[in-house]
Amino acid sequence: MNILTLLIVIPVLTITGILFTKDLKGARLVSAIGMTAQLVVAAILVFMYLGARKAGVTDEMLFTADYMWFKTLNIRYAIGVDGIAVAMIALTAVVVFAGIFASWEMEFLSREFFISLILLATGVFGFFISLDLFTMFLFYEVAVIPMYLLIGIWGSGPKESSAMKLTLMLMGGSALLMVGIFGIYFNSAPDGGPLTFHIIEISKIQIPVEAQRFFFPFTFVGFGILGALFPFHTWSPDGHASAPTAVSMLHAGVLMKLGGYGAFRVAMFLMPEAAHEMAWIFIILTSISVVYGAFGAIWQKDLKYINAYSSVSHCGLVLFALLMMNETAMDGGIIQMISHGLMTALFFALIGMIYGRTHTRNIYEMGGLMKVIPILSVVYVIAGLASLGLPGLSGFVAEMTVFVGAFQHTDVFHRVVTILAASSIVITAVYILRVVGILLFGPVKDPHFEHLEDAQWYEKLSMYTLVIAIAGIGIAPLWLSNTILDSLKPIVEKLAQVAF
Amino acid sequence: MYNYTILIPMIPLVMFLVTGLLGMKWKPIISGLLGTTGLGISWVLSLMTAITYFFGGHHAEAFPTIIPFETLWLTFSETLQIKMGVLLDPISVMMLVVVTTISFMVHIYSLGYMHGEKGFQRFYAFLSLFTFSMLGLVIATNIFQMYIFWELVGVSSFLLIGFYYQKPSAVAASKKAFIVTRFADLGFLIGILILSFITKTFDFGILTNPDGAVFANAAGLSFMGVSAMTWAMVLVFMGGAGKSAMFPLHIWLPDAMEGPTPVSALIHAATMVVAGVYLVARLFVVYHFQAPDALEVVAYIGGFTSLFAAVIAITQYDIKRVLAFSTLSQLGYMMLALGVSGYGGEEGLGYMASVFHLFTHAMFKALLFLGAGSIIHAVHSNYMYDMGGLRKYLPITHITFLIACLTIAGVPPLSGFFSKDEILVAALEHNKLLFAVEFLVAGLTAFYMFRLYFNIFWGKDRHYHHTPHESPLTMTIPLMFLAFASVFSGFLPFHSLVTADKMHFDTHLHLGVAVPSVLIGLLGIALAWLLYKKESKTPENIARKLGVLYTATYNKFYFDEIYLFITRKIIFNYISRPIAWFDRHIVDGFMVGIGTVTEKVSYRIKGMQSGQLQHYAFMFVAGALILALVLVYYM
Repeated sequence: MNILTLLIVIPVLTITGILFTKDLKGARLVSAIGMTAQLVVAAILVFMYLGARKAGVTDEMLFTADYMWFKTLNIRYAIGVDGIAVAMIALTAVVVFAGIFASWEMEFLSREFFISLILLATGVFGFFISLDLFTMFLFYEVAVIPMYLLIGIWGSGPKESSAMKLTLMLMGGSALLMVGIFGIYFNSAPDGGPLTFHIIEISKIQIPVEAQRFFFPFTFVGFGILGALFPFHTWSPDGHASAPTAVSMLHAGVLMKLGGYGAFRVAMFLMPEAAHEMAWIFIILTSISVVYGAFGAIWQKDLKYINAYSSVSHCGLVLFALLMMNETAMDGGIIQMISHGLMTALFFALIGMIYGRTHTRNIYEMGGLMKVIPILSVVYVIAGLASLGLPGLSGFVAEMTVFVGAFQHTDVFHRVVTILAASSIVITAVYILRVVGILLFGPVKDPHFEHLEDAQWYEKLSMYTLVIAIAGIGIAPLWLSNTILDSLKPIVEKLAQVAF
Repeated sequence: MYNYTILIPMIPLVMFLVTGLLGMKWKPIISGLLGTTGLGISWVLSLMTAITYFFGGHHAEAFPTIIPFETLWLTFSETLQIKMGVLLDPISVMMLVVVTTISFMVHIYSLGYMHGEKGFQRFYAFLSLFTFSMLGLVIATNIFQMYIFWELVGVSSFLLIGFYYQKPSAVAASKKAFIVTRFADLGFLIGILILSFITKTFDFGILTNPDGAVFANAAGLSFMGVSAMTWAMVLVFMGGAGKSAMFPLHIWLPDAMEGPTPVSALIHAATMVVAGVYLVARLFVVYHFQAPDALEVVAYIGGFTSLFAAVIAITQYDIKRVLAFSTLSQLGYMMLALGVSGYGGEEGLGYMASVFHLFTHAMFKALLFLGAGSIIHAVHSNYMYDMGGLRKYLPITHITFLIACLTIAGVPPLSGFFSKDEILVAALEHNKLLFAVEFLVAGLTAFYMFRLYFNIFWGKDRHYHHTPHESPLTMTIPLMFLAFASVFSGFLPFHSLVTADKMHFDTHLHLGVAVPSVLIGLLGIALAWLLYKKESKTPENIARKLGVLYTATYNKFYFDEIYLFITRKIIFNYISRPIAWFDRHIVDGFMVGIGTVTEKVSYRIKGMQSGQLQHYAFMFVAGALILALVLVYYM
């Protein structure tokens, strides 16, 4: 079997397995085994991919397979990956693995919870391996729907309304996206011949510029909503605040990355002329996102809101970098997706663990946690340092690549907005240190907290996995960066053809 | 032949990882001894490097730049790459010696000073982390490597200032230090971006080539009437000014004294705070040939800071704060010396004087801080009004402290005299105004240092909780070593070792400058002796006479309050809060509004779906009629 198909089969088998279990113990065991297997497969995929590239395979997509699915409309189950998709798959596998262990004590309707969670993951894996727009869209919807249930049933606070808001806004995005995808489809054969959904095939032809102008905004905004593009980001704070831990991790860590990934793989890659024409509008919006999200985070007092606004800022930088449309900046944007995915998952995991102990997320009700739960606190500091871009952790690599890349543009506009975006490194430091100072340092605020227990083994497993990934990228970024740079070549070339 | 130099930073890194990850499982002292031994090895290796480098070969020509180790770390594009490597040239070799010497002394000292503290092994882990970062900064082969380690020293400083994390003032100070320097680093980063845009390289070897070929396409580039190179170098200097606490980014350094005293000695006196000076010195060729205007800025900021800080130092009572302001003032000296320097031969006197002073200052200021630590250890207070007559109880601390005070006051033949004299000569040749300022500061320095000295060691005994006693040997040995270095390091031939063009040049004593500067120093000492040797009301009376002037100085000219106003009021209340509100109510409100409107509309029109046949039939007929009418109308 194709290794990519295996990535879909394992979660489906895991879900089937969970159906045969009775309670939490069984469900979590099956999930853990399934997602560990998934992590192993993802690791094997990384090695196979790097091996193939080393052996000199220069195909744009590797491990491809192509089955006709619905002949009339030429919809196919077409799969294949390049370095970027491999990296995103590895990210997803790590986050899902950590997520399972972060929800180790999910007592309420545990089987259903794990099933929904893994179903969500299935959609994400499917999205990243798809080369056919229709299949891709299908998997995307598979990922979004369980989200509604996960937040609405297992969430906290005003969970129903948050779940509704999140799902409706993402569905609104889907609606735009569908228009965009059909627009691409019906223009995929301007010289006659069969229409196609296949990304690589479409990339070989040029979609009429008129059509691009019409459909690019639909596609880009459709994906942008998922990637928290200002002003369509408001589902994020409420959604995250209400979602259970593992769902926040998966959602901010992985699902939001579908937005960024789709934005360049579909919108920009297939409609480069329109992308060039309209980039400035979105560059302005995204640079607002970067600064605005960071300022928004300073004022918050709920840990999850802080992280949600921080995500708006960091994900804004992803789209910002991609819109810079040169190799270095786009490389940085993709590293930023991975980096943000890992560290935000770590943050949400930690917030869940802290909340589980203190039963509050209001930073002013906590304080001095470093003394009582040192392991969780130290990891929180590490996550914070990664978020504010400390060298040696992944955030620095991503941000610097973005800024250096974006600043190489010859026109002043791009360089000015780069400086604007770069100013976020200071604002980020402000809100991170504020939280760290209030939450972890100082005297212990509430005497009830004196006897809190520190991290359990499953929590440590979850945190350390993410910390190792973050530090690994931060200390030795070269292999990741080079893999991405290689795979970006066809995309950057296509964008450059029309630039001048 | 210099391959082993990579070990100099790697040993502290390994020590950090080992003590950081496993330290809590051992007895605390093991972490301390491990860290100290490791650093001892680094120290020996650094001395070996320095001896082979400076005295090994016959350098009739300029000193060579050697890169014994370099590896690719990250690729941006074909030419823009970050490498990690070791670069040896006179200034970096000298810095290796400074950093490892002071760090080693502080490691030994802390065995005594931090004994029995909670978090002893954490302290040593952080010390190792800092030393690793600082060494990485010093040996950077390219500006981006320097930036990376620059950030790392920043975070180690943050962790060490906030070492007593349960103390709110320490937490606030660490936060302030990090954010102020981060703000400065933003300038540094933008400076690097502009440089990379112009030159397409990060490499120091290419950037600091005096022929300036890589700057060819900078010609004509300008922004708001100032050339791009001036912008770039001023912004780079902004980073340096943040780390070296130059006015107006100085506010974090006095607060940083919340950290344990050995940390103040290592980071906030001798090593990290000179990183800014080191940065300007490292890029001196670029400043001198490409952005002379930026160099003027360096000179004036340095000069102003040295005066400003010296004035404040006179009024402070916390002995560590006095030393902190003194550090600011001396750093100003170094910056000024760089700013007034030329390039080549005797023209480069300022450059040489600056690094010379950097070296001697590291020794005597570390000595002062460690001495202060020994005093605080004995009397359990930071304030000089809790001290007096200590010379009887702390003989070794007393003598070494006195040596340090004489050194900083510029009394010959101690090291401070030589380095300060060179700076004054360089200033006189370049800019009379700056010379006058520095001359005045020399007097002020002697005065406030001896005010400190007399207040601590002379005067009446206070009511001590227990009789103060001399510190253990682990603490006094570093004091004696550093006192030795303070006395004799002035005889090092810096003019043939570390110069702007790496070539030897001749210097001689300028009696016309030396004599008056020694005299004003002695005048300052005499004045302090008159006012503070015996307790009297005179200082208080003078302070009262000066009124507002004194209060303003005592409150550090209210710069902390200004910063607080900007951060608390403007950023927090007038930017962040409205944004949060706007986001909740306008942006999100709009999205919710769409939902509400949809719901309302559908509620209104749902009545049409009544299920009654007559109703539907009426609708149908009415609709058909309307359509028919419209059709007829248009026909």
